Amino acid sequence: MSQAEAVSSLRTPRLLWTLGLLRSELLTTFRRWRTLALLAVLAGVPILVGIAVKIETSDGSSVDGGRGGGGGPAFISQITNNGLFLVFTALAATLPFFLPMAIGVIAGDAIAGEANSGTLRYLLVAPAGRTRLLLTKYATVMAFCLVATLVVAVSALTVGAILFPLGDLTTISGTQISFTEGLGRALLIALIVAVSLIGVAALGLFVSTLTGSGIAAMATTVGLLITVQILDQIPQLHAIQPYFFSHYWLSFADLMRDPVYWDDLVKNLEIQALYAAVFGSAAWARFTAKDITA
Amino acid sequence: MDEESATEPEQSEPPGDTVIATHGLTKRYRGGQLAVDGLDLTVPTGSVFGFLGPNGSGKTTTIRMLMGLIEPTSGTARVLGRPMPRASRTVLPHVGALIEGPALYGFLSGRDNLLRYDAADPTADPRTRRTRVAAALDRVGLTAAAGKKAKAYSLGMKQRLGLAAALLQPRRLLVLDEPTNGLDPQGMREIRSLVRELASDGTTVFLSSHLLDEIEQVCTHAAVMAQGRLITQGAVADLAAGVRGRLVVTTPDPGDAARVLKEQGAADVVVTDDRVTAEPPDRDLAEVNAALVTAGVRVRGFGLERASLEDAFVALTGEGFDVAG
Repeated sequence: MSQAEAVSSLRTPRLLWTLGLLRSELLTTFRRWRTLALLAVLAGVPILVGIAVKIETSDGSSVDGGRGGGGGPAFISQITNNGLFLVFTALAATLPFFLPMAIGVIAGDAIAGEANSGTLRYLLVAPAGRTRLLLTKYATVMAFCLVATLVVAVSALTVGAILFPLGDLTTISGTQISFTEGLGRALLIALIVAVSLIGVAALGLFVSTLTGSGIAAMATTVGLLITVQILDQIPQLHAIQPYFFSHYWLSFADLMRDPVYWDDLVKNLEIQALYAAVFGSAAWARFTAKDITA
Repeated sequence: MDEESATEPEQSEPPGDTVIATHGLTKRYRGGQLAVDGLDLTVPTGSVFGFLGPNGSGKTTTIRMLMGLIEPTSGTARVLGRPMPRASRTVLPHVGALIEGPALYGFLSGRDNLLRYDAADPTADPRTRRTRVAAALDRVGLTAAAGKKAKAYSLGMKQRLGLAAALLQPRRLLVLDEPTNGLDPQGMREIRSLVRELASDGTTVFLSSHLLDEIEQVCTHAAVMAQGRLITQGAVADLAAGVRGRLVVTTPDPGDAARVLKEQGAADVVVTDDRVTAEPPDRDLAEVNAALVTAGVRVRGFGLERASLEDAFVALTGEGFDVAG
């Protein structure tokens, strides 16, 4: 029997066994002290906002102190009427920076961190398979997007229920919806926010394939995030702003209109899909052709 | 494989007695540095193959190409009869590797590190995972420390855990890059006996090491690299035999002895205290001894010292362990 025959006659991969890597990756990621610290920070934001609003309004005044509204994150002035609005406020407060920064850290570290510690070469000779490893990493980063968003939402809902009354709520359009429907919309908004982070996740993963230093990849991704956020504020750049991954992020507020205004929501999903496709392909092209010398 | 025969019709399956076969394997890094230059390496099945060379001679680059981590610039590498890196998915489950020292997740326990590496192999059965991990830990003597976080491990323990990762499955080939690095003498002895044990089970072991006596003790075959080129390869006994031993004369009259040896045609005569060593001349050594005695040299000892692998190594590379530029 020749070697080649011996090789092919032995162990073959099975689909279910292939998913073992994803399970291991999820376990490894969520057991990291760093991941838990990021989630703790995210859970802390709604608590801070809730307590601040409670203190500011304890004398009976409104949140904006009678300055005529417009200050603070979206929905903040409505929290005192209905604790559910703390979910929307917390998501609006964390989406521009805290959430994508956390994603940038996890995504940037995904490949580069393994390369940095040398574990990448052992995963690849296991053999994890480069495409399989990259897909697993991306799936894990997306799982983290969802978990991070839900952590913010659940923390906000808990704090809102403790500090403020709950009940039927008024949409931006002025119509009344029941508390149950409001809860449904809150969940939908959380999902949309999680999906909004897919673009950053793909960008971070691509950066992660470029370098062998986890710290450098995290810093680059977060730096890009800040740069894009700043450029998105410069009016002269309005021609290219619709192509920024963050441009339609706050469109999730449109889910609180009645009827829902879908245009910007759809544009947001399109942009995220575009970023996932472009940077996902770039990450794949880079990672599958890369010499692993770390 | 169909795709193979389509693209490389001239390369039929190699005979089944070869585990690694490279042909003109070359790697030039992007900076233009030639790390490996036209390597033709043949590792016989069932051998314990020592891979020798000074630091920077291209050993690790070669190992990385064999493991599919680095794409060769030109040439081919076949492992277990399949081309690398293309057949990584079918070949690598049968290969256990320790490359450039162990790499571990410091925040995971030793056992969890192995569980993770095992999960990365899609051909590893998750139902037997815990049993196989426990067996691998036991084999390298880490059972007691299995629950400890890997960052608390000593270098020797990390090395053992890296070895355990290579032993998670029955392997056809083990590639061990400096496996005794960081181990105490007792640990080294354990690894050597482990290597012999694995080899007697029929596993081919490809071992790179700087410790020449280690190679001499465990290896059946060896190859020597220097500056990216393969200098020689073959059975260890043949390699050492290729270098002539040295003539050693022990005498209270070293000055006279050295003079007589030179007259008898011996080259490179070296005197240290009462020992005179020299390249043996091309004549019957009994006559050389007779000439010494005739010249009044009092001889205490006269003999030929067998060349060690280290002598062979130095003779071949001409540079010992110096780092190649």
